[in-house]
Amino acid sequence: MKILVCISHVPDTTSKINFTNNDTEFDKNGVQFVINPYDEFCLTRAMWFKEKQGASVTVVNVGGAETETTLRKALAIGADDAIRINTDPTDGFLVAKELAAVVKNGNYDLVLAGKESADYNGQMVPGMLAALVDYNFVNGCVEMDVDGTNVKAKREIDGGAEVVSTSLPLVIGGQKGLVEEKDLRIPNMRGIMMARKKPLQVLEAIGNDAATAIASFEKPIPKGAVKLVDADNLDALIDLLHNEAKVI
Amino acid sequence: MSVLVFADSTDGKFKKTAFEVVSYGKKVADQLESNLVVLTINAADASELYTYGAEKVLTVSNDRLSTFNAKEYAAVIVQAANKENATVVIVDSSINVLYLTPLVAVGLEAGYASNTVAAPTSISPFTVKRKAFSNKAFSNTVISADKKVIGLAKNSFGIHENPVAGTLEVFDAEVVASGVKSESIERVTGKVTIADADTVVSAGRGLKGPENWAMIEELAEVLGAATACSKPVSDLGWRPHGEHVGQTGKPVASNLYIAIGISGAIQHLAGINASKVKVVINTDPEAPFFKAADYGVVGDAFEVIPKLIEKLKAFKAA
Repeated sequence: MKILVCISHVPDTTSKINFTNNDTEFDKNGVQFVINPYDEFCLTRAMWFKEKQGASVTVVNVGGAETETTLRKALAIGADDAIRINTDPTDGFLVAKELAAVVKNGNYDLVLAGKESADYNGQMVPGMLAALVDYNFVNGCVEMDVDGTNVKAKREIDGGAEVVSTSLPLVIGGQKGLVEEKDLRIPNMRGIMMARKKPLQVLEAIGNDAATAIASFEKPIPKGAVKLVDADNLDALIDLLHNEAKVI
Repeated sequence: MSVLVFADSTDGKFKKTAFEVVSYGKKVADQLESNLVVLTINAADASELYTYGAEKVLTVSNDRLSTFNAKEYAAVIVQAANKENATVVIVDSSINVLYLTPLVAVGLEAGYASNTVAAPTSISPFTVKRKAFSNKAFSNTVISADKKVIGLAKNSFGIHENPVAGTLEVFDAEVVASGVKSESIERVTGKVTIADADTVVSAGRGLKGPENWAMIEELAEVLGAATACSKPVSDLGWRPHGEHVGQTGKPVASNLYIAIGISGAIQHLAGINASKVKVVINTDPEAPFFKAADYGVVGDAFEVIPKLIEKLKAFKAA
């Protein structure tokens, strides 16, 4: 099985979010970048397939040279090779089109991508990619098993879960559940050493036709101070929620 | 030219988000001086949507669409958009709709802005405000493509009545083949889901163990609320994964969010920030949640919650 894992290079989830250049750019100053947490579940599941069922695992990212540290980390975790498409990932459709070219060219059986990235949270790339390459697609996937070309997958729905049957070739929009948090891997020294020698191919973008563009950013209006209610006077809390906030 | 809204339904019934996206569609259609068309699939009573400004409602009734399938539903929406010459398509942000919308955007070669929180701030260039960085910021996004798809974040625009004398039109859409088949659906019945809940009662490690959740469930029941939990609690296996809310868990956009024994890590706050009113109950007055909350009680959950339940019962009975 040929597996492609799509990796986003995102600010660590504890990062302070600030903007620069007149609020038109994300301020990367002092920000630690990591593998998108949703993609990390996908990568770990891909490693499971590699070890238990036999598979090659390629990781791909759309971004500038600074994202190679994140791809190297994925290689250190155990991916076989990496591809970086050298363009700024400004729009979901643009990213999906670049990835579609890689998928078509590499004839991958299974494409795993986090259902969203922790920076722009667009939740669009996996589905767009599946539609562009005409692969089957399961989003919000929390479990999956592959038997030959048959796939059983479980996806989250509002208030429960749905089990679906499908087949390769397939795109998965993944999240926690594909593997558990405790199964996520931290690269060890041997992995890091080996990752340096693994191939990382840089491809130029096939196009640059973004369908959307971010004109500016803004931060939420700071909220007022919390109103504290005495633990012995909960009637006051009920009164505030009923008469002031009007939520009960 | 028209604005097409997809009003999703479950077992034939609309949820509040359907009324919210129709209200939003009406606003956008007015801004563009365009017609509003609303698409429904197997809805029991589509005329309910007239109240929110749906002048024309396309009704698709087809047993082959009785179970949700992203590819099949997306193809119906694309056909409706093409038939109505829609330049803007508007959808909600439920799990199912988030699944199908990227397929619609590709089908229409459209620019897609998900997580939109307000009416367009400009129609030329077409600009919408969207959540980004896990609710820690907003982006003002210009959709430059000729066709535009807007995913409206839940509970962001609100439901606005705008009654019209609408018309229903039966739409005989073609059902495409999908390589994904539903085998089984398990849904918790008789419980409010986090996605639908107006109120969410959430608890964290401060509860000390899974055996102490009875009072959380009772509080939720009194309030007609859904129960949720912090990430450590789901990682410890005290509560099911489906209850984990926060940046890598489920997002919450309820009217009222009550956090009990949750310190308020930045990742947790990011996931629940879209809630309108936040209440924190915690023994530690230095817990970061107090900076994010509207109302706070410094106190021991084991003392405060039973008392709060009694008082709420009395309040509800009054």
